Amino acid sequence: MHRTGELYGHFQTLEQQKESAALGMWVFLVTEVLFFGGLFMTYTINRQAFSTAFGVGSNTLDIELGGFNTAFLIMSSLTMAMAVWSAQVGKKQLVSIFLIATLALGTVFLGIKVIEYKQKFDHHLIPGHDFDVMYRTAHPTAADKPSDMAVEKEELEKAFAKDPDLNAHAQLYFSLYFGMTGLHALHMIVGAGLLIWLIKGSFKGRFTPQYNTPVEIVGLYWHFVDIVWIYLFPLLYLIDRHR
Amino acid sequence: MSEHIVSPKIYVMIFLSLMAGTGLTVWAAFRNFGPFNIVIALAIASFKATLVVLYFMHARYSPRRTHLVIVSSVFWLAIMLVLTLSDYNTR
Repeated sequence: MHRTGELYGHFQTLEQQKESAALGMWVFLVTEVLFFGGLFMTYTINRQAFSTAFGVGSNTLDIELGGFNTAFLIMSSLTMAMAVWSAQVGKKQLVSIFLIATLALGTVFLGIKVIEYKQKFDHHLIPGHDFDVMYRTAHPTAADKPSDMAVEKEELEKAFAKDPDLNAHAQLYFSLYFGMTGLHALHMIVGAGLLIWLIKGSFKGRFTPQYNTPVEIVGLYWHFVDIVWIYLFPLLYLIDRHR
Repeated sequence: MSEHIVSPKIYVMIFLSLMAGTGLTVWAAFRNFGPFNIVIALAIASFKATLVVLYFMHARYSPRRTHLVIVSSVFWLAIMLVLTLSDYNTR
């Protein structure tokens, strides 16, 4: 393809090229909104039908880990936005620094997600044959405070009185929890790959005030993934905390 | 037409608002507002999402055809949610 510097032959100016690329990314993000939207739809319908089981499932999540992760992700959006700014004003070294910071914060997010998933495996909260919402209270470890376990057991018994099929319906919650956070994490992994590609480019000094389209476009994607989490955090972690 | 550069000061202010919004969401979740808990949680989340779209994603400084694409995504999402839920809730 004919190309002058970073300008491809079918565009008149770099400005026009950048606007076209941004528009294309936005159109892709519309499809992503509807992709995640289908999951949010499924979540809403099942939560209306099985609110007791969804409350029980939600309260097993660790609010501190979830809260810290939300903070890390918002921080990574800030560093991503700052990477775009650094490219626009021509501070080449800062571009690399902010991109690396974004990648680091994203990796911390994924690491915390691993810890959270591991806890769910330990507590038999993976949908399937061995799923048991009572497992943790029946088999407390040294780390579990007996008073906390007593409160949790009482709440579970109340929930079972309201919904005798609690075990089946809580599996629906956890299927959606793993499906939605898993798809979100997959987007983060793709984002991390894109960031590595950007960091390599930034080391070569590729991003300048005249040409920074890749940073801008990956930024749009990264902020979108942040927005998905902004909705996932209250809907998965915080739905039944006010008892 | 030259591109609009958003200053770091605005980015930091948006970041602080998002953090405050997160704190507010957690605070509100531990209080009982009856059926309004979910309304409050979604309102705060939508406010945060709007800040991200307008400033971090530069929508405020984008051409009008980009605005059209953003509004259309919300519109199609609303069609899916409203029509499906009005079916489920009236069975």
